[in-house]
Amino acid sequence: MIPAAFDYVRPGSLDEAVRALHEGGEDAKVLAGGQSLMPMLRMRLATPSLLVDCSRLGELRGVRDDGDAIVIGAGTPHHEVMHDALVRAHAPLIATVTATVADPAIRHRGTFGGSLAHADPAADLPTAALVLGAQFSIVGPGGRRTVAAADFFTDFFTTALAADEILESVRIPKLGDGWSFDYQKFNRTAQAWAIVGVAAAVRRSNGSIAEARVGLTNMGAGPLRASATEAALAGAGADGIAAAAEQAAQNTSPTSDLHAQADFRQHLARVLTRRAVTNAARF
Amino acid sequence: MTETTEAGTAQAGTARTPAIGSPVRRKEDDRLVTGQTTWTDNVALPGALHMGLVRSPIAHARITGIDTSAAKAMPGVVDVFTAADLGDDNVKIPCVWPVTDDIVMPDFHSLAVDKVRQVGDVVAVVLAQDKVTAEDAIENVVVDYDPLPAVVDMEAALADGSPILHEDKGTNQCYTMNFPCGDYEAAKAASDVVVSRRFINQRLIPVAMEPRAVACSPMGTSEEYTLWSATQVPHVLRVLLALSTGVPENQLRVIAPDVGGGFGSKLQMYREEALALVLARRLGRPVRWTETRSENMVATHHGRDQIQDVEIAATRDGTIKGLKVALTANMGAYLQIITPGIPLLGMFMYNGIYKMDAYDFSCTGVFTNTTPTDAYRGAGRPEATYAIERIVDELAAELGMDPIELRRKNWIAHEEFPYQTISGLTYDTGNYEAATEKALELFKYDELRAEQQRRRESNDLVQLGIGVSTFTEMCGLAPSRTLGALKYVAGGWENCTIRVLPLGKVELVTGTSPHGQGHVTSWSQIASDVLGVPVEDVEVIHGDTARSPYGMDTYGSRSLAVGGQAILRAGQKVVEKAKLIAAHQMEANPDDLEFVDGAFRVKGDPEKSTTIQAVAFEAFTAHNLPDGMEPTLSGESTVDPADFSFPHGTHLAAMEVDTETGKATLRSYVCVDDVGVVVNPLIVEGQVHGGIAQGVAQALYEGAVYDADGNLLTASMADYLLPTALDLPSFVTDRTVTPSTTHPLGTKGVGEAGTIASTPAIINGVVDALRPYGVNDVPMPASPEHVWRTLQAAKAGGAA
Ligand SMILES: Cc1cc2nc3c(=O)[nH]c(=O)nc-3n(C[C@H](O)[C@H](O)[C@H](O)COP(=O)(O)OP(=O)(O)OC[C@H]3O[C@@H](n4cnc5c(N)ncnc54)[C@H](O)[C@@H]3O)c2cc1C
Repeated sequence: MIPAAFDYVRPGSLDEAVRALHEGGEDAKVLAGGQSLMPMLRMRLATPSLLVDCSRLGELRGVRDDGDAIVIGAGTPHHEVMHDALVRAHAPLIATVTATVADPAIRHRGTFGGSLAHADPAADLPTAALVLGAQFSIVGPGGRRTVAAADFFTDFFTTALAADEILESVRIPKLGDGWSFDYQKFNRTAQAWAIVGVAAAVRRSNGSIAEARVGLTNMGAGPLRASATEAALAGAGADGIAAAAEQAAQNTSPTSDLHAQADFRQHLARVLTRRAVTNAARF
Repeated sequence: MTETTEAGTAQAGTARTPAIGSPVRRKEDDRLVTGQTTWTDNVALPGALHMGLVRSPIAHARITGIDTSAAKAMPGVVDVFTAADLGDDNVKIPCVWPVTDDIVMPDFHSLAVDKVRQVGDVVAVVLAQDKVTAEDAIENVVVDYDPLPAVVDMEAALADGSPILHEDKGTNQCYTMNFPCGDYEAAKAASDVVVSRRFINQRLIPVAMEPRAVACSPMGTSEEYTLWSATQVPHVLRVLLALSTGVPENQLRVIAPDVGGGFGSKLQMYREEALALVLARRLGRPVRWTETRSENMVATHHGRDQIQDVEIAATRDGTIKGLKVALTANMGAYLQIITPGIPLLGMFMYNGIYKMDAYDFSCTGVFTNTTPTDAYRGAGRPEATYAIERIVDELAAELGMDPIELRRKNWIAHEEFPYQTISGLTYDTGNYEAATEKALELFKYDELRAEQQRRRESNDLVQLGIGVSTFTEMCGLAPSRTLGALKYVAGGWENCTIRVLPLGKVELVTGTSPHGQGHVTSWSQIASDVLGVPVEDVEVIHGDTARSPYGMDTYGSRSLAVGGQAILRAGQKVVEKAKLIAAHQMEANPDDLEFVDGAFRVKGDPEKSTTIQAVAFEAFTAHNLPDGMEPTLSGESTVDPADFSFPHGTHLAAMEVDTETGKATLRSYVCVDDVGVVVNPLIVEGQVHGGIAQGVAQALYEGAVYDADGNLLTASMADYLLPTALDLPSFVTDRTVTPSTTHPLGTKGVGEAGTIASTPAIINGVVDALRPYGVNDVPMPASPEHVWRTLQAAKAGGAA
């Protein structure tokens, strides 16, 4: 429970941080809230040679309005995200989901971007980002680039970020009126990671579902969209939800672990999808 | 009820409110909650070397080579030792409870010799100048292992052809104990209904808030050592360390400073404690070690882990005739202090609160490539209570009777006490009717049954189950002769010295060793009533063999049950002596004195009085004492308890089970405990709450899991799930008071009650919720997946 030795720098700007990371090579790592990285260091599951501490970079912190979207700084702690007025007004799903992440102590340190960059398959925020069609703004030695959520999460604990790139912020389109949301997180103890989570975003019109987006947590290497369910929900009424939810586990390949075998996860995905969509649709 | 007790009697006619029974806030808490205290880890020992333990990552292997050279070459590393290097200093870890004559007792060395038998077994020890270097050096000790097949399943370990852990013994069977009481086969033959089940009482990992820690320092130039340890048993530890290492007991001082929880897991002489002492002796320098949380999961003993084959026989009208219990108990890889005895602490309790004609008990202990098991909150009694309370519910279902009705029909009626049970214990007192009536009322049993019926009829996705547990347990370990008869190599007495100092303050020296139980407060309350002094004036000294030389320490809900008697008697001795001095000085006959509120008064002459504090000063100056009387005012008592005491209670749980996801949620919990006379209701409440949480945890959340190769899969708190307050409802707790007649204060013991009672209450509730689906058992922990799979199997018509 004592980390192996590493070097540590705390750059004063994002540019400096990128440079430090670049010079540190493959074994250099960004340190944000440390809530995922520190346990890995302590258990010696990760042994980076250099930590570039970005936790005090003001450039990475805060939420701003960007017209048809809001932009959340990667370094904004969960607690601030949850209570941010812009988030609550334009991306309430993010606030709802963030409130289910860990416990208050961890939410005060852990960051929005850290959670996304860490890409734990059981993490909740990647699912929300995927459902909301987030765009990830990434800074590297060669400048800035933007990656869509669907392309950002590439595998277990793996993202489109190169070793010397930093996630700067995440742009979340305002979905506009008529949308409502729900997140069903299934875990065994109150503050544990999701065994399965389902995020639903539903737009109703004329008494039926005009459009639905369904995202799954922990049903594969990264967040997934339940496309078959989404298609089946288009135009569906209250009575169409259950049948559509039955397709929620299609094309998923969840892991089997101590908390659930794969078949149980698939079962949960179907049940939770029905519940999430039902709650979001508010028939 | 307190007026019926001796302490109460001592204060007859008192004007002050008795301290016993008052919710005095814990005196020790300011210090504990603000961190202004001494844990073993923050005992300052300049120049101490830090131990790092090289632990086996393999469950079963021959050690074919250990290369310590790279580690030794590291700056800051002072030395590295293997078993071969230590020689005679590689002491054996003792087991003091050889339960049968032919028990197999394998060697258990501090450092593994030739073979490792569990993940976490220790093959070498590093000494470094700081903790970080020690941790780094561990990785530089190169151990060559020749892996052997491992066995973690108890039945596989007993089967022919199994890998054998201790090859010199030729078997993995540690012992078999048979304890037949009455003629079970005859009882069964006289029955109409026989219900049998196999319950798995899963392995648990005690997770105390403070991990283990030890620090040992040579004292000056003489061959004397002080050893601090996060232990529940400083006195026992000193004896065992002296026996094992040859350090004379009078040159070894063991101190348990503040200790952050134990639950039985710090009742041990651990290899790390032995190593700290022998290495401090060898190097002549202080040596210290603090367990990491990861080590804690594999290196601190585990609890439970029994297969329970249980059969109950009854007549159609619900009269229980007999009970048969066959246990297979996992010892783990080695025997620790009382590993083989744990199942036998439950042996006398499987019959619970019920009358029956026959009871047949047997238990086979088995070695497997896993962490050793030993005492864990309740130690044998939770297992016993689980089995009996579960099988009684199954019998009720089989007979179509309400589980409360069936219990009423079979329990010992309050007018039948004292009652000798089928297993031979004599329950001194109890009133199961009163506790149950009160619990049913608080729980609104009938309303909940009606709601259950509605949900069943409407096929509600969330079903309601009602779990009943009417438990008793034995507290107050233990009459020493009984322990001797059970082959336990120690006594069960407790000691107390009370000194009234010259200025009237009181020192109470106890042999119990609190690690969260609040003894400092409760013991002060008892002394306060006996001596008539303010609670604040009593200082409690504990946990240090130099300052509290005699004691048998704290475990098994024994401290108040046994230690409380010693406090009372020591206090009474003080009062008796003080009375002689007071009478002498007031020129009165001692028989004419009454002692009220800390003052001696001549009966009928209110002018003539003196206080116990004034008498203490007289005893100090010794200018005017009765002829032949020794100066100073103190009293000492060592009490060997006359018998066990038997707390009991009725615990009721309302479980909501989501039949789609399998998630079982505890909606409400009511318990009415009878722990006899209560010294401090706040502390009792705390013990009950924590105990219930721990028992609920076994039922719903916790469970150590090994893979087939002997790797502990639940090796971190991400995988070994502990519930928090957020997972639990507000418990409704209440009490009935039936004073124990074996204890002069009428108290019984409460440390383990909640844990013992709650596990079967929860599982009975889960099974009750699912009974309409054909479910008649759910494996613990009743996780969503276990419940879901059980339901799937039941729906498919398979056995649940
Ligand atoms: C007990 C516990 C329970 C938890 N429960 C949950 C839960 O239920 N749901 C959930 O979603 N999460 C949970 N978490 C994780 C929590 O949300 C973490 O805060 C988050 O995953 C990581 O954020 P961080 O800021 O602490 O990142 P760090 O730990 O500092 O970093 C994590 C990883 O991301 C990289 N990184 C961080 N920021 C950036 C950046 N801006 N650019 C590039 N790379 C970056 C780091 O290099 C590192 O590899 C839990 C954590 C703990 C300790």
